[in-house]
Amino acid sequence: MKKSGAEILVESLIREGVNVIFGIPGGAILPICDILYDSPIKSILHGHEQGAAHAADGYARATGKVGVCLATSGPGATNLVTGLATAYMDSIPMVAITGQVPTSMIGNDAFQEAPITEITKTITKHNYLVKNVEELAETLKAAFYIASTGRPGPVLIDIPKDVQIKETTFTYPEKIDLKGYKPVYQGHPRQIEKAVKLISTSKQPLIFIGGGVIISGAHKEIEQLAKKTNIPVASTLMGLGGFPGDNPLFLGMLGMHGTRPANYAIMESDLIIAIGVRFDDRATGKLDRFAPHAKIIHMDIDPTSIQKNVKVDIPIVGDIKNVLEHMLPLLKPPQIKPWLEKVKKWQREFPLTYPDDDILRPQYVVEKIYELTRGEAIISTEVGQNQMWAAQFYKYTHPRTFLTSGGLGTMGYGFPAAIGAQVAFPEKVVFDIAGDGSIQMNIQELKTAVAYKLPVKVAILNNSFLGMVRQWQELFYDRRYAMTDLSKNPDFVKIAEAYGAVGIRVEKKEDVVPALKKAMEIPKCVFMDFRVNPEENVFPMVPAGESLKQMIGGMA
Amino acid sequence: MMRRVVSVFVENKFGVLSRIAALFAARGFNIESLAVAETDEPGFSRMTIVVTADERLLEQVMKQLRRLIDVIKVEDMTEKEHVDRELVLVKVNAPPAKRGEIVELADIFRGKVVDVSVNTITIEITGAEGKIKSFLSLLRNYGIKELIRTGKIAISRGG
Repeated sequence: MKKSGAEILVESLIREGVNVIFGIPGGAILPICDILYDSPIKSILHGHEQGAAHAADGYARATGKVGVCLATSGPGATNLVTGLATAYMDSIPMVAITGQVPTSMIGNDAFQEAPITEITKTITKHNYLVKNVEELAETLKAAFYIASTGRPGPVLIDIPKDVQIKETTFTYPEKIDLKGYKPVYQGHPRQIEKAVKLISTSKQPLIFIGGGVIISGAHKEIEQLAKKTNIPVASTLMGLGGFPGDNPLFLGMLGMHGTRPANYAIMESDLIIAIGVRFDDRATGKLDRFAPHAKIIHMDIDPTSIQKNVKVDIPIVGDIKNVLEHMLPLLKPPQIKPWLEKVKKWQREFPLTYPDDDILRPQYVVEKIYELTRGEAIISTEVGQNQMWAAQFYKYTHPRTFLTSGGLGTMGYGFPAAIGAQVAFPEKVVFDIAGDGSIQMNIQELKTAVAYKLPVKVAILNNSFLGMVRQWQELFYDRRYAMTDLSKNPDFVKIAEAYGAVGIRVEKKEDVVPALKKAMEIPKCVFMDFRVNPEENVFPMVPAGESLKQMIGGMA
Repeated sequence: MMRRVVSVFVENKFGVLSRIAALFAARGFNIESLAVAETDEPGFSRMTIVVTADERLLEQVMKQLRRLIDVIKVEDMTEKEHVDRELVLVKVNAPPAKRGEIVELADIFRGKVVDVSVNTITIEITGAEGKIKSFLSLLRNYGIKELIRTGKIAISRGG
């Protein structure tokens, strides 16, 4: 029996195990929406396509499955761009489906036409313009395979309207062979042996984990590695949750707003075991002074990540879980007692801290969210100070519980991402830790949360500033607060109420816990407007372009 | 800075050229020449790209080329035994009095006269870089009116 392109697409999605799509319809995608209408796939209508893309991303980060979003041609497709770039930078498996004007009109400046495959070429792992309905099923198969394997990433499929309507016989390929795409999963045994040797003779080693640990599902192996060797662990922003935040060997996040123990350990280490990281500048500080005494073992599935920013002594290309499974039985614990004592001393001397007074401080809010959820919530963040406090003062104990735009640093990410995570886990507590600036970048998604009864809790750390930029202006631009004043913010409580959500304002420190408890009891989306200390800074801090030793602030 | 000849074997899908060009462009590399056509295997093309770039950056670009889904193989020909050729069509000023000299020069370089007009001669020449360079520098004495080159193509020696 023959099927239309739209039917083929929806059936292919079902075969790929897709049960929810985030999107907004439009003229050029109507045939597909029409088939979705009777399909078992749930569709979530968003307020803006960027929200849909971030929701698919949040769904993917929380579940590990491919997130799917959908938009129409032209502005629908271009509105996905920030969402795709966000997912690309953080290696998130996503498939974006866009409608396109009919093939006969492509290139003619038709109504709502944009060359979205050209536009997204460098911000997707791969993309397709499907010009023949006969190629559709195979393209879908390839897209899901590419998005979810190797170093994952977003794949966009652009489907002209006539291709959605045309019919052909439907056969879904069982597997796919792409000549130019063969990810390496097994680490080279000789490289693994060399690494084992180096680890067992090291004196001041450090495990340095990143987002690759979470993508690979290697958190158990990392825990075993630390347990077996007693080597302390530091994490990038993206790696949080890859190693239990409450484990005594955990030094916290490293980098620009990392902990002193983590950054000092990097600078004094003689061996860095870098696992699923890409040595981003926010993590390394000034590159030529990064880890000056250390040899570096670098495990990653993506060969382009290796030797990109730092010179690596032992590269191991492969899937981290696989590599560690091979490495663990071979390992002999190194003799590192003096090093551990040194590290422990740093941990005692330099805990993350903030003034304990009557002022309502954002760090306190994050700490209380951690305590009240017992670390069992899914936390998303926006970008800026809120993101850093969420990274510093909440201890992530499970992978896939911290959703944040690490690479691209997209403000407006957290709320829709929380919506995506809540769709995946209706029973879990999902918090978006937000700033008053960034929440307004996708605040229209309140309508989505309300319409689908998603009880996302949004904790706005409201300091009436674009806080992180203001912090830089305070420290490096003589307190000239250009374009960062948000004192004319709207009333977030009223906004929430207008959308049919619940709004709670908190102005005093002693009201934080009762408000959080109340919010968690309300089975609805809740906006909490925490009026925090306006000029609170994120400390400690390594000024941009300095080495990790040059830390300022954050001392008790 | 190093000059490199890179050979890229690709699936002949639309957009593959712009994906590859975008990788070079994003790093501000200027491609000196690029030649591409289908191979003996239908659906597959080979590109020869000549580029001058910082070695470490180029290493990174080569890795990123390999990461493209439509790219099957990337080889740095510079470090291998290889043969490279380029085809050039050159139109040179040739008043009747000079015509004989120019044809003689073309003969020495195994060039071929492909068009003659009252005041010009067009010569086709193929060869490796050095040969073409010296031929063109000789022709410059007569005045080159127009020049077009295919860009270098390269193939490895032996099996």
